[in-house]
Amino acid sequence: MCESCGCSEGAKATVINLQTGAKTEIAGDSAGHPHSQHHRHAHDHHPHNHDHPHDHHAHVHDHEPRTTVQLGQAVLRKNDELAAHNRAWFAGREILALNLVSSPGAGKTTLLERTIRECGALHAFSIIEGDQATVNDGERIRAAGAPVVQINTGTGCHLEADMVTRALKELAPAFGSVVMIENVGNLVCPALFDLGERAKVAIVSVTEGEDKAIKYPHMFRASNLVLLNKIDLLPYLRFDIDLCLECIRRVNPSAGILQVSATTGEGLEHWYAWIDEQKKSARDAAFA
Amino acid sequence: MHELSITQNIVAIVAEHAKGRPVARVVLEVGRHAGVMTDAILFCFDVVAEGTPLQGALLEIWRIEARARCRTCGTEFTRDTLFSACGCGSLDIERLAGEELRIKEYELRADVKTAPAQSLGGAAHWRPASARRT
Repeated sequence: MCESCGCSEGAKATVINLQTGAKTEIAGDSAGHPHSQHHRHAHDHHPHNHDHPHDHHAHVHDHEPRTTVQLGQAVLRKNDELAAHNRAWFAGREILALNLVSSPGAGKTTLLERTIRECGALHAFSIIEGDQATVNDGERIRAAGAPVVQINTGTGCHLEADMVTRALKELAPAFGSVVMIENVGNLVCPALFDLGERAKVAIVSVTEGEDKAIKYPHMFRASNLVLLNKIDLLPYLRFDIDLCLECIRRVNPSAGILQVSATTGEGLEHWYAWIDEQKKSARDAAFA
Repeated sequence: MHELSITQNIVAIVAEHAKGRPVARVVLEVGRHAGVMTDAILFCFDVVAEGTPLQGALLEIWRIEARARCRTCGTEFTRDTLFSACGCGSLDIERLAGEELRIKEYELRADVKTAPAQSLGGAAHWRPASARRT
């Protein structure tokens, strides 16, 4: 990562197939600026305040004639288009794809391990693991018995649709299977990047504080289901569960909320039932 | 820091659309609840634009208020947060505006000869995003 600007030239995402050991790099979409020019460049421009009602970052002071081109394009259109492509790919194969989001340490990987062990006979799971670095989570999933592709995002803070496309190519999930995408542990950035999933599942643990949902409203609003994890720890914590549920409902009145412990298995039957239900509706949607 | 990724998208989209011609100004519309920090986009823009047709361009960010209509009482109001209730207490809200994240327009330099030499030199390094990502 470039220390001057935090940009990620050279910090490409890597897709690692844990079955074959094959590694593929995904080029970042930066415009490839020459880094040698940063330092000289950084001091050339000064934001200045005119009487404009908007944020202004000005450094063009010439007055040559110009042509204005109307564009009106959503900045994330390319990602949205790739996500739509993924969504169609899943639908055509009657695959249920879920995007699991949480802060780091909420228990996504433990939840997946247990889900694979307890439901693996019922559903063919394959997993896409997103982390900035290491294949540690990928190895855990593989040990639990599911095929897995690890995406290392380098400096990236979220998965993007093209990374998932690339991972699917490696993973080749079976017709009618379930693909779980474990996003990078981050409650901010993944909210904006559609991956083509049928639903986002937010995981929040009781060690994190009751007001997580209103602190990170974008993510909780974008999620269809919230799993309140680690409820086995409640006797040792001062955690107001009603306040937590109220915060989630304030941000997203229509989200389902399930209280579970991925460690003890408590409440997980509801999570498995939810997966079944989603799988059926994914299949029905394919014929709608 | 998804703003870096977003800024890379902005530069790639405009550079591709402008087909290598130097760009003087870009206007970005950002809703109050778009989920991005405009300061971070501004911070990234110069650096990401360097060596592209957008080098030295002005980035203007126009904020869009978060407007909503209450489905219970019909009132239109501005939302302070993503989950602000209507004055009547209802949370059954239709979102009208405030989540935009789009490039409204950009301005080309009509006379390429007046563009800074670096822009022309830098353009040689630039390829459309689609060429790199496929």
